[in-house]
Amino acid sequence: MSENQHEIRLTVNGTDHDVAVPARRLLSDALRHDLGFTGTHVGCEHGVCGACTVLVDGQPMRSCLMFAVSAAGHDITTVEGLARPDGELGPVQQAFRECHGLQCGFCTPGFLTTITAGIAENPEPTEDEARDMIAGNLCRCTGYQNIVKAVCRAAELARDDRAPEGGAA
Amino acid sequence: MKPAPFDYVRPGTLEEALQALAGHPEAKVLAGGQSLVPLLSMRLAAPAVLVDINELPDLDHVRVDAEGVRVGALARHARVLADADVARVQPLVTKALANVAHATIRNRGTTVGSLVHADAAAEMPMVLQLLGGSVDVVGPAGRRTIPVEELYVGPLESSLHHDEIAVEAFFPALAADTGVAFEEIARRHGDYAMCGVAAVVTVDGDRVVAAKAGYLSVSDIPAVVDLTEALGGELRDASLARAAEAALAVLEPETDIHATADYRAHLATVLTARVVTAAYEDARTRAGGSK
Ligand SMILES: Cc1cc2nc3c(=O)[nH]c(=O)nc-3n(C[C@H](O)[C@H](O)[C@H](O)COP(=O)(O)OP(=O)(O)OC[C@H]3O[C@@H](n4cnc5c(N)ncnc54)[C@H](O)[C@@H]3O)c2cc1C
Ligand code: FES
Ligand code: FES
Repeated sequence: MSENQHEIRLTVNGTDHDVAVPARRLLSDALRHDLGFTGTHVGCEHGVCGACTVLVDGQPMRSCLMFAVSAAGHDITTVEGLARPDGELGPVQQAFRECHGLQCGFCTPGFLTTITAGIAENPEPTEDEARDMIAGNLCRCTGYQNIVKAVCRAAELARDDRAPEGGAA
Repeated sequence: MKPAPFDYVRPGTLEEALQALAGHPEAKVLAGGQSLVPLLSMRLAAPAVLVDINELPDLDHVRVDAEGVRVGALARHARVLADADVARVQPLVTKALANVAHATIRNRGTTVGSLVHADAAAEMPMVLQLLGGSVDVVGPAGRRTIPVEELYVGPLESSLHHDEIAVEAFFPALAADTGVAFEEIARRHGDYAMCGVAAVVTVDGDRVVAAKAGYLSVSDIPAVVDLTEALGGELRDASLARAAEAALAVLEPETDIHATADYRAHLATVLTARVVTAAYEDARTRAGGSK
């Protein structure tokens, strides 16, 4: 049986991709299967776990709760888009490495995208605010202590990034 | 599981959207998708057509005046929550929204979508009911206002016709000498609550002249109970206990995997006293009363 295909253009990490997808294709599946951005993970597929979180026009959203057809025309950032242009780890990724913020890494892409937007909005989160920032993401193995530390460390690294050479933040 | 196949349209005008809905008895509106997409993925719903309203113009407004707060169908929870004028004119909207899901869900889910989804475990339908608000809908016959008393007809069921689109919700402003409070108990902040209570209390000096409470997750449609008589004008342990009893007489807590019916009843009792007291204090502060 042939299902109606929609020709759409998805903008992922600054690059346009033309794909044909059925209307029911979840954004998470379009990213993974059609475009090969397998960094976006899929856990529960009903909005609860947060593993599939991507940025849509800079805002964290569940890619399992959006259809690819609805995402056309919006800027999508996946975990693959968080590294620095030279391929080095971005501040949130670096903080996760330093603070041991991951073990198996299944939940990590969703945390990284969520925190990237979170520290852009609140560049100096307290520990409580850090906890609140990640409250919608589940981690099954690392535990949250180190992830909370990583949020605060990521904010620090991002502030250093923005500070002029040698100047104070 | 994945959603069953459906046709998809994303109209650019309200007229086209209404036509698309009228054209198929099994067409459904897609707003933020934060309730609908899980239902589709679990195959609890399988509409023939989805009418995506996200590109409709002029529906993402939040307007505030002395009468109250008007929220357009495409205003996301996050946007309404962040609006300082909303918090000033009807603080209960803000207090309740802070408990609606997690920030990521609030970035996409719409407040109007939540209102018409009519989940008795959701915060905003209960708040609309408690405040006596309304929802404006547009259909083939034009625009009509549905007062909240006529909106909630059954579990997950609102009185919207299938070919109508909700365009705006209205939450009346907080009246003079009146205070509000909201509290819920959830396993984790942002999850659906096991029980939640909101209260609106009006005072005259230190007397309570009117008190109402709204309850979520303890009945199958949003429930509001008038507690004025039970309180008998004053807040004391005895009158608060009477108020909780009056509420429980109306509510029908049920057992599910999250909590037993008894536990829910207990939470409703404790929260009634706590939230009515907080709303009373809020009213006294607003009325400029000394304490
Ligand atoms: C993990 C998770 C946790 C959540 N926790 C909570 C919570 O604690 N409290 C809470 O209240 N909600 C919670 N939600 C649900 C969330 O608030 C939804 O955003 C909201 O219920 C529906 O809004 P929506 O815009 O996403 O609607 P959709 O999912 O797009 O639609 C929901 C229903 O309403 C209809 N509809 C929507 N908009 C219109 C319109 N303008 N006109 C006509 N029909 C319309 C749709 O056809 C559909 O039947 C949670 C969701 C998730 C995924
Ligand atoms: S896979 Fe999307 S939230 Fe779990
Ligand atoms: S690192 Fe394994 S689930 Fe979080």
